[in-house]
Amino acid sequence: MKSIRFRKLKEWGIEKAILLSGIFSVVFVVLIFLFLLREGFSLFRGESIVDFIFGKSWYPISSPPRFGILPLILGSLLVTLGAAAISVPIGIAAALYISEIAPRRLKEPLKAGIELLAAIPSVVIGFIGMITLGPWIKSAFHLPTGLTALTGSVTLAFMAMPTIVSIAEDAITAVPRQYREAAIAMGATQWQTTWRIVARAARPGMVAAVMLGIGRVIGETMAVMMVTGNAAVIPRSFLQPVRTLTATIAAEMGESVQGGPHYAALFAIGIVLFIITFLINGVADLYLHRSRQ
Amino acid sequence: MGKTSIETRSLNLFYGDFQALTDINLTIPANEVTALIGPSGCGKSTLLRVFNRMNDLIAGVRVSGRVLFGGKDIYASDADLLRLREKVGMVFQRPNPFPLSVRENIVFGLAVHGLAPRQEYDRIVEESLRSVLLWDDLKDKLHHSALKLSLEQQQRLCIARVLPLKPSVLLMDEPCSALDPIATLHIEELMQKLKKEYTIVIVTHNMQQAARASDHTGFMYLGKLIEFGATARIFTKPGQELTENYISGRFG
Repeated sequence: MKSIRFRKLKEWGIEKAILLSGIFSVVFVVLIFLFLLREGFSLFRGESIVDFIFGKSWYPISSPPRFGILPLILGSLLVTLGAAAISVPIGIAAALYISEIAPRRLKEPLKAGIELLAAIPSVVIGFIGMITLGPWIKSAFHLPTGLTALTGSVTLAFMAMPTIVSIAEDAITAVPRQYREAAIAMGATQWQTTWRIVARAARPGMVAAVMLGIGRVIGETMAVMMVTGNAAVIPRSFLQPVRTLTATIAAEMGESVQGGPHYAALFAIGIVLFIITFLINGVADLYLHRSRQ
Repeated sequence: MGKTSIETRSLNLFYGDFQALTDINLTIPANEVTALIGPSGCGKSTLLRVFNRMNDLIAGVRVSGRVLFGGKDIYASDADLLRLREKVGMVFQRPNPFPLSVRENIVFGLAVHGLAPRQEYDRIVEESLRSVLLWDDLKDKLHHSALKLSLEQQQRLCIARVLPLKPSVLLMDEPCSALDPIATLHIEELMQKLKKEYTIVIVTHNMQQAARASDHTGFMYLGKLIEFGATARIFTKPGQELTENYISGRFG
């Protein structure tokens, strides 16, 4: 009969098509990385890697230009750490509340609301940060400008929150009911059960949630560029303007000469960012994997 | 019959409109093994979960009648649930050790109820594991994950972790249904050892198990306690035709 051969052929075709799309996504990542490497590495013909990463001055258009990205790395780190310090406790607490404590009729609206937060374009969040948060921070701390690392951290905390809450909530909900039952049957209170058993059991998933949230923050560009003030100096406090790796690329790419050293330096920053997010995602993956076992 | 551990008086239990238990009058003797048998859905697990009020976790449960434990009604409005569950321990159908280390499993109850200072923990862990005959196997694995143990060891650990609370009753909800026959025998032997110190109530599907391991047997059917008495008598001279039909395997 025709149909068996036809079905086998169809099966083969579908299988290969899926395989191909899988391969494509990996190939694209590799190609992007190779492209970054090719464009970025020409910088290191005239500049040492150590000077690039640990150099304290970023003056790309002075002559001679200086391409030290330490201020940018520290700017990114500072904003990210601040955002993590705000979003991790609140995000984990929200996830625990939604999955363990909230009454059923509150659960879905809360989850939907938090996921909606993820759907807000980053430029809109940046806009709100710039118009409302910035002036508030300026007057609250008596600063010359409200565009500071702190403003960036708070703004980005909102962007990390949906990732952290929804992934952590999944991890907590996946904790088998029988653990909770056992703890309750031993006379543990709801909070003791949640904190000592459920949160412990969900820990790998919660770590993954935090890492993915941080990954989102470190790669974010638009909102940070709008609210951090973009001064490429080594930051000494949360209350001064900083510039991040991402904002530098976005702001300067348009005015750099294609193929020139400035252009190459921006690509080299891209390589640094790529490696950082790759590592963060790797750690998150490791923990997600562990939580599934 | 010696002392009484738990007593129910005209106990009724409803899940919403469905009546799961009807007029249960039962006296569970202390320091003996009482088995509850009956076909699936007869209410035996529900009855077991009345004794530590685990049914409270299900929405829409209503209970009427009285359940006396230590002379007090555990459904009275001033009853202390946490304290009740400290004194009435439970072992579940599927071994459910916490995803923590062996040692953490055992000290969990102590920590939760603040029962002993930390320097006592080592002694209590050893004592509890010895009571369930796990100490020799696990003394070098106290910091290993409890989930890595064999199913039988996990179930023993689940028994061991309620002992530090010094409960007077152990409720066992088909504790051997996930275990192989050899492990089942081991747990039954353990029950015989433990009943010197604890009152044991076991729900079982397995009539041989009830016959082998219990001193008293209650037969339940459609939410009613049909017959209750010494195990030897129930299995040789049942007073009700329904009981006889069930234990001779004509239905169930």
